[in-house]
Amino acid sequence: MNTIEVRHLTRRFGAFVAVDDLTFDVGQGEIFGFLGANGAGKSTTIRMLCGLLRPSSGTARVGGIDVGSDPEAVKRRIGYMSQRFSLYEKLTVDQNIAFFGGIYGLSGDRLAARRAFALEMAGLRGREGALTGELAAGWRQRLSLGCAILHEPPIVFLDEPTGGVDPLSRRRFWRLIDELARGGTTVLVTTHYLDEAEHCHRVAIIQAGRLAALGTVPELKQVFAGRPILEIRAPRPVDAMRLLDTLPEVEKTSVFGTAVHAVLRSAETPPGEVAARLGSAGIAAECRVVAPSLEDVFLDVVERSA
Amino acid sequence: MRKLAAVVVKEFRQIGRDRRSLLILLFVPAFFLLIYGYALSFDIRNIPLAVEDRDRSSASREVVSAFVNSGYFDLVATIAGERDIDRLLDEGAARAVLVIPAGFGRDARTATPTSVQLVVNGDNANTATTVVGYAVALIAAVSARYEVEARLASPGGPLLRAETRVWYNPELRSTLFLVPGLIAYIAMLTAVVSTALSIVREKEAGTLEQVRMSPVGPLAYVVGKTVPYFVVSLASAVAIVGAAMLLFALPMRGSWPLLVGSVSLFLVGALAFGVLISTVAETQQVAFQLAVLTSYLPTFMLSGFIFPISSMPAALQLVTYAVPARYFLTVLRGIVLKGVGAAAFWRDLAALAIFAVVILSLASLRLRREWSASR
Ligand SMILES: Nc1ncnc2c1ncn2[C@@H]1O[C@H](COP(=O)(O)OP(=O)(O)OP(=O)(O)O)[C@@H](O)[C@H]1O
Ligand SMILES: [Mg+2]
Repeated sequence: MNTIEVRHLTRRFGAFVAVDDLTFDVGQGEIFGFLGANGAGKSTTIRMLCGLLRPSSGTARVGGIDVGSDPEAVKRRIGYMSQRFSLYEKLTVDQNIAFFGGIYGLSGDRLAARRAFALEMAGLRGREGALTGELAAGWRQRLSLGCAILHEPPIVFLDEPTGGVDPLSRRRFWRLIDELARGGTTVLVTTHYLDEAEHCHRVAIIQAGRLAALGTVPELKQVFAGRPILEIRAPRPVDAMRLLDTLPEVEKTSVFGTAVHAVLRSAETPPGEVAARLGSAGIAAECRVVAPSLEDVFLDVVERSA
Repeated sequence: MRKLAAVVVKEFRQIGRDRRSLLILLFVPAFFLLIYGYALSFDIRNIPLAVEDRDRSSASREVVSAFVNSGYFDLVATIAGERDIDRLLDEGAARAVLVIPAGFGRDARTATPTSVQLVVNGDNANTATTVVGYAVALIAAVSARYEVEARLASPGGPLLRAETRVWYNPELRSTLFLVPGLIAYIAMLTAVVSTALSIVREKEAGTLEQVRMSPVGPLAYVVGKTVPYFVVSLASAVAIVGAAMLLFALPMRGSWPLLVGSVSLFLVGALAFGVLISTVAETQQVAFQLAVLTSYLPTFMLSGFIFPISSMPAALQLVTYAVPARYFLTVLRGIVLKGVGAAAFWRDLAALAIFAVVILSLASLRLRREWSASR
């Protein structure tokens, strides 16, 4: 059975459609990633799934419960970490844990055990008395997660949990998510960082409220089957790009760091030919076929669904 | 219950952590009491007085000189008719006119009850009350002398009595009138403003959304959040009464339980009002402005604290019926200054209760809507 079942989920704000006819399922123990640009509708979707926001139309079942008809029952089964940092900054680490444990109705041994778990997880053992507002972002984020799952929910929604956190902390955070999922917890997580999507079992890309692509990362990369990607390194990348755009073999180009990526219309075109064309125009370029990255996929999907 | 306790504990910790706000909550009231107590003390001197002496006897002259010698009154005119009275008062040349009737001296000597008339400009009722108070005290003193003389002349004869008395505050200590107003004012400040701000702050910080995800219902959350402010406001109100008793010899004639009960009733309405504001405002700035406009200013201006209701334009007087502090002030003055029981002001208590119930229902209605899957 699927833990989360979303059918034609739609949310309007006035005339504006923030989430447009989303349909997808998430299985138990799965890490499901939600990718999308700013304003794509990620948070709005999560807030509907959490029972914080009423869907305009469509349905969503979370843990078998319809969020539209019984949001309170949904809330009891899930953990939620909102996009904004949401602990009490003026309270200490321990006081935050005590508060969130309290409002989830934990007490006695269970509270003590969960408190120890959260402190351990956040790496804050020995710093229980520190003011939360004075912790570095990475610790705060882990503590937020700890507080959001004190009640051991089987389903966890994380809205951009790693925003504004250094790469090392992000890595630590994802290890925690992996552990949760291995323990059977279903995790739905949104992110801007495409590299993080590699941690997800499946990824949904949403664009302007619509589901633009859905699948495992390798599945998503299949959009480039028969359309190889050439990585071109040239001293004057802008000139190279301008020329590439005129070639009939090239479908489109984009800047990738210091290199240019060119998507070819067919796998038949040898890379050497493109290099030669550039060479004859006086641009000494180095061309090679590269495997599509998730960023290639994202740009391609977004471009085509726009 | 445990969830509620968690919210209460957390809120107390937050208040405790926010030293500045706590200081404001606890000590500003006493500070206000000092400042307002001394600055607004309604002790008035050199009141311009006109006299119409229809008797021209030694007794009438004695009354006039008692007024002038008191230091409170300056004799600015002697007049000869009603028309002059109106003119002098209208022009503001005199604030009070003393009219001594013909035959006053004879009556005084023969110990026949008699009276003098004092016409006071009432545009500022506080001043007027004070003026009347001085006049009554002076006349009582003169009268007392005649009374003694008359008794000596004919023992058992009729007594000369001053007709008017200033009740409840015989020494006319104006500061005492301020204390109930201050309690209302401070209760409003702490209850409405801090409750509204503390909830909206959680909205802004995103912690409210996190709390909404938990099984804490809106009721437990709001009760838990307001209980600490209730306690602080109540403590602050009791502290003001205590401070006023020490500093200004406030009598506190009534019963403490009645006082605490009335303050509590008023606070429930005020806290609910703070919650109501928090459901409307999305930012602390808006919440603050709303709170000031809708509660704190009316409490200051329209409750009878500073400006007496009786001297307001009729339309404004109507508005004051919607200001809970109006009723609260009556209740407090009754308890603290008069020492009367609930029977004397049950109407005002009922008005406070109605206010509390109406605002509570409105607040919980709006809160419930905001809490469950919102907008
Ligand atoms: N309460 C609201 N009222 C009106 N419009 C809203 C509301 N909430 C969100 N929106 C709009 O809906 C769109 C989607 O917002 P949402 O927050 O879901 O995007 P997002 O994918 O989470 O973006 P980000 O990456 O910036 O967090 C945005 O254009 C936003 O302005
Ligand atoms: Mg978002």
